[in-house]
Amino acid sequence: MLEDTVPLSHYLMLSATLFVIGIVGVLVRRNVIVVFMSIEIMLNAVNISLISFDHYMNLSSGQIFSFMVMCVAAAEVSVGLAIIISMHRNKPTVNLDEFNLLKW
Amino acid sequence: MLLKLTCLIPLYPLIGSIINGFFGLKIGKDAVAKIACGSMILSFLTAVLVFVGFLMLPEGQHAYEQVVWSWFGAGDFSVDFGFQVDPLTLVMMFVVTGVGSIIHVYAVGYMHEEYSFYRFFAYFNLFASAMLLLVMGNNFLLMFIGWEGVGCCSYFLIGYYFEKKSACDAGTKAFVVNRVGDFAFLLAVMYIFNIFGTIDFSEVMHAAPEKLIYGGEIVTIITMLLFVGATGKSAQIPLYTWLPDAMEGPTPVSALIHAATMVTAGVYMVVRCNVLFSLSPMTMTVVAFIGGTTAVMAATIGMTQFDIKRVLAYSTVSQIGYMFLACGVGAYTAAIFHLVTHAFFKACLFLGSGSVIHGIHGEQDMRKMGGLKKHMPTTYKTFLVSTLAIAGIPPLSGFFSKDEVLYHSLIDGNIIFWGMGVSAALLTAFYMFRLVFMTFHGESRVDPSVHPHESPKIMTMPLVILAGLATVGGMLGIPLMHGWHILHNWLEPVIHFDLASALQHSEHMLHEAGQHAPSWTHLLEPKDHNLWIESLLMLFSAAVAITGIFGAYMFYIKRPDLPEKFTKGQWGFDLVQNKYYVDELYDESIVKPTVEASKLLWKECDAKGIDGAVNGAAKTIGWFSRHAQTLQSGFVRNYALFMVVGFISLLLVMF
Repeated sequence: MLEDTVPLSHYLMLSATLFVIGIVGVLVRRNVIVVFMSIEIMLNAVNISLISFDHYMNLSSGQIFSFMVMCVAAAEVSVGLAIIISMHRNKPTVNLDEFNLLKW
Repeated sequence: MLLKLTCLIPLYPLIGSIINGFFGLKIGKDAVAKIACGSMILSFLTAVLVFVGFLMLPEGQHAYEQVVWSWFGAGDFSVDFGFQVDPLTLVMMFVVTGVGSIIHVYAVGYMHEEYSFYRFFAYFNLFASAMLLLVMGNNFLLMFIGWEGVGCCSYFLIGYYFEKKSACDAGTKAFVVNRVGDFAFLLAVMYIFNIFGTIDFSEVMHAAPEKLIYGGEIVTIITMLLFVGATGKSAQIPLYTWLPDAMEGPTPVSALIHAATMVTAGVYMVVRCNVLFSLSPMTMTVVAFIGGTTAVMAATIGMTQFDIKRVLAYSTVSQIGYMFLACGVGAYTAAIFHLVTHAFFKACLFLGSGSVIHGIHGEQDMRKMGGLKKHMPTTYKTFLVSTLAIAGIPPLSGFFSKDEVLYHSLIDGNIIFWGMGVSAALLTAFYMFRLVFMTFHGESRVDPSVHPHESPKIMTMPLVILAGLATVGGMLGIPLMHGWHILHNWLEPVIHFDLASALQHSEHMLHEAGQHAPSWTHLLEPKDHNLWIESLLMLFSAAVAITGIFGAYMFYIKRPDLPEKFTKGQWGFDLVQNKYYVDELYDESIVKPTVEASKLLWKECDAKGIDGAVNGAAKTIGWFSRHAQTLQSGFVRNYALFMVVGFISLLLVMF
């Protein structure tokens, strides 16, 4: 069985690692597409921990919630990509350092 | 049921004022005049009806109170908006509405050329309303409303010619000087509430002899404060300086506000609170002394002035001094009697001077008058009658009232008070006839380009009526014959004061406090009212008046060169002519330091302190904001970094 072969902690380690990779990606990369992908990695890291807890505790709501996360992620992708396209139309670049309008 | 009409009396002028004030320019001068005079006359007729109703009250009932609504209440403290009708109120009501109506009619003629005719009458009616509120209110607070109301209208009307700087200054001066007195009055009202728990006149006056110790500190403080209030409104030393300046206003204003009604409000107030004043012998002495001093001092200044209206103004100050002298010796009837007769003859004198000024196109300097007798016969005759009345020639009204004041100041007061009264009477006769001789007699010194003319009927009729009243007004109080003093009998319920029982209460209270009461037995000895003394005094005051008139005749008709000889280079004369330099003294000692201190407060405290604190706070916040601004770079990744850092520090804090 799963518990016998791979303990929960491994899943959590994987999840945490992916999450940190995502954070670092968001913070250090300049290409807005890559930043976007890093956000997706973070979301999926959360999904992994949700599902592994769900399985470990014999529930089913965790799996359902991870579907929810995927739906939201899909919606977010569509909106996010639309924003990126409109950014690109304003400035012929996807380098985040070129955009500093998010201030008063 | 006629008494139910009471509340309408001050309401009519108020309505007139509102209509004239808001629509006066649209409805035209004739309508304004009709509304203004109509409302006053309606008010007078209502007063007559109330008087009839008052006479029909059952035997033994001497006051009627009408509570219109409950004004406000807080805890135990509640104030009614109510009117009180008692003999004193009725007398004042008749003076205000009667003389007021006459002066309103006169003003229609006098002010007819003015553009802001409606503004004048709006204020004039408002004044009448406030004055009626003052005399009819049934508690101190309502009286205070009227008190402030008349002060405010006085300010408006003194500054009626607001394009003239002197008029504006005079208005401001009147208002500010009055405020000093008003403040003391307000303090007195607060103290009264503190002691009695009520500010209703009848309740306070009823409780006073039982709650206050005769000659005690409390009653002395209260009455002193009240008297300071009265000195402000009634132009007594030390707050009299505003009244002569108030002559900048139109003449009907001087007649109604600064002679007949408003300035006598202080006398009314003292008589209204006579129970309190009678309980404090010290205040009484102060009142009498201030009154007597003012009477003499103002009369001396009046002798040296050349502005016809200023002479009358000082005369007013002097006559009100008489009234306070009477109050101070406990002769409240005499004070009210003199108030009434003074309202008649002084209103007539002021209106007469207005007629003169009108007839010679605005000239007020008596040195540029003279010989006006033949040009203005009616004005001259009425003026002469009133002058004889104020000088105290029998059988005109002023003789009776002034004589009564003098008699009481000797019998109930002492020889000093009497001496003050008599010297003021001598001076009064002198300066009033100086005025008459300089204005109406002798050579004409009028500017040749001016053709003096008699005023129209609408102005002379009021003069005739007032002169008639000044002639017969003395019948209100016929001396010598017991029981013939109508005014005394009429006012008896208001000024009745049982000294013996008040002293008993005081003794009892002092006893309870463990103190010994001083011996008061000498206060209760009946004063002998000697008919011989009274008759002798009458003869004497008549002789004094004639002496004064004769003196004026010598100086200004027989030997017109004499005044010049007597006064030239005399430092005493200069002192008096410059009004004892009191204005300068006040300017130097009070006005300038106040202005300087205010400037200091403005520049140092306000501009630097308060504004500095406010601006400093804004600047500090601005500085912080500018630095905090740099955090908001606009880069998405920075914000994400903050989120991460925040989250991590949150985790660290929690675990």
